[in-house]
Amino acid sequence: MKSFEFVNPASLRSAISTLASAGEKAKLLAGGIDLLGEMKDYIQQPDIVVNLKTVPGLNRLTADRRGLRIGPLVTLTEIAEHPVIRANYTALAEAAESVGTPQIRNVGTIGGNLCQRPRCWYYRDEAVVCLKKGGSVCYAVEGENQFNAVLGGGPSWIVHPSDCAPALIALNASVEITGPQRRRVVPLEKFFTLPTQNVLQETILESGEIVTQIIVPAPAAGTRSHYMKVRHKESFDWALSGAAVMLQLRNRRVAACRVVLSGVAPIPWRSPEAEAVLRGKAVTPQVAMQAGQAAMAKARPLGKNAYKVPLTRNVVKLAVLKTAGV
Amino acid sequence: MSEEKNDRLESSNGDVSRRQFLKGLGGGIAVTGVLATATETETEAHPAPEPASASAVQRLRGKVRVRLNINGQEMTALVEPRTTLLNTLRDHLDLTGAKKVCDRGSCGCCTVLVNDKPVYSCMMLAVDAQGKKITTVEGLGTPEKMSPVQEAFVEHDALMCGFCTPGFVVSCTALLQKNRNPSLEDVKKACSGNVCRCGTYPHIFEAALAAAKKMRGA
Repeated sequence: MKSFEFVNPASLRSAISTLASAGEKAKLLAGGIDLLGEMKDYIQQPDIVVNLKTVPGLNRLTADRRGLRIGPLVTLTEIAEHPVIRANYTALAEAAESVGTPQIRNVGTIGGNLCQRPRCWYYRDEAVVCLKKGGSVCYAVEGENQFNAVLGGGPSWIVHPSDCAPALIALNASVEITGPQRRRVVPLEKFFTLPTQNVLQETILESGEIVTQIIVPAPAAGTRSHYMKVRHKESFDWALSGAAVMLQLRNRRVAACRVVLSGVAPIPWRSPEAEAVLRGKAVTPQVAMQAGQAAMAKARPLGKNAYKVPLTRNVVKLAVLKTAGV
Repeated sequence: MSEEKNDRLESSNGDVSRRQFLKGLGGGIAVTGVLATATETETEAHPAPEPASASAVQRLRGKVRVRLNINGQEMTALVEPRTTLLNTLRDHLDLTGAKKVCDRGSCGCCTVLVNDKPVYSCMMLAVDAQGKKITTVEGLGTPEKMSPVQEAFVEHDALMCGFCTPGFVVSCTALLQKNRNPSLEDVKKACSGNVCRCGTYPHIFEAALAAAKKMRGA
């Protein structure tokens, strides 16, 4: 890893001004699991590392009648073990628990989980200057693309690595972003950007901006949620395919729903097609299967990842059935 | 060791000063004395100080003296901000129980307890580990006075080559501190961040369950 200056800011304001004045030369460190991995492989080579953990108040988690307020430094273990989150925001607890290993979840934060960089092996290879690193080619298109995107791809075909993001979007979460000029609250769904917008980053974060809170509204009565994840290796891995499902049931019928996929697109992929199938219906295996088919109707696999299409159809089906308790 | 290696890597990238390059080579006879004074810009690094004002920042660069609470003892080491907790333990403090294998947070051989929770010491900077309670495998027991988990690993032959063993012992210890009566599934989950290339998992799981039983006094 390249040598760097380590900065402990005493306040949010000084963290933001340090980040903003250093621009591309500075990186923000929370748990550090993703950033240190990138720095060890020379994917990121910051001159300055700004430690967010000395900023007071960012590790708070509150759960009340309004919902959840989660500081960016809350660890994945804390979220996975929180009794209120397990009971009322089940998809989020399941997603947090599915990330990495105990050692990673004890250090890794929710803010870092949302802002982590892609796992595509071309991106992570020090020797490869791919499209996401300022090069001109996405090597996944013609290469070893078994883990790449089948939806929303182009000009880069990464998949977004976060499990918590789809669960949070299914639960209608927002993020509070604080920057040098302003503080803004954005639906998490609008936080992630497709490669067509800016191939070099995955979020709307601008220079000096920090995710300072994640806000999850209290679920309406009759709401249930579930996150299902399929991995290449069972003990720990990123998702080959996953689905976060939220169903609000009234008289056994779906009054409101969200279906958000992981592991298949460059952003957490909300599927309005699957939601349209479910809305107003009683959940049966047939309806759940139709939702899965609708979710993948526009899939365009690359040479080696066509398996993700039937896999995801079934992940959606099973996740919907489990959520509904059918 | 790794820092020196990295210095060399840097020099081949061409973005390093001549001074660091020579330091990387380590054998510059005529310039050694000069180097020593030139590079020793030591900073004291303490856990975040009380802010003098909201705009205060603490900047750590060059060589940094870190204070770590390891196995109940205060220890200090002169490292760089980029030095991981693992490298600090192994290369500066002579605590070689935690092993360096993947150095990427995948294999679990470097697992230590930080505030009683298992973490990968290869994925934590030493400057970031200050003010925390660190326990390495050396802090759990000694060959003469083994911890119940260590004893169970011996009794159940829970190792083959033994390189992954310290990590598994630490992960199992953390589980038993939290859960006195774990199921086999709980043990598997607690060990999911540790890899044994010899494949001695069944014996490791047996040892963890036996240690739990022993600790309950059953």
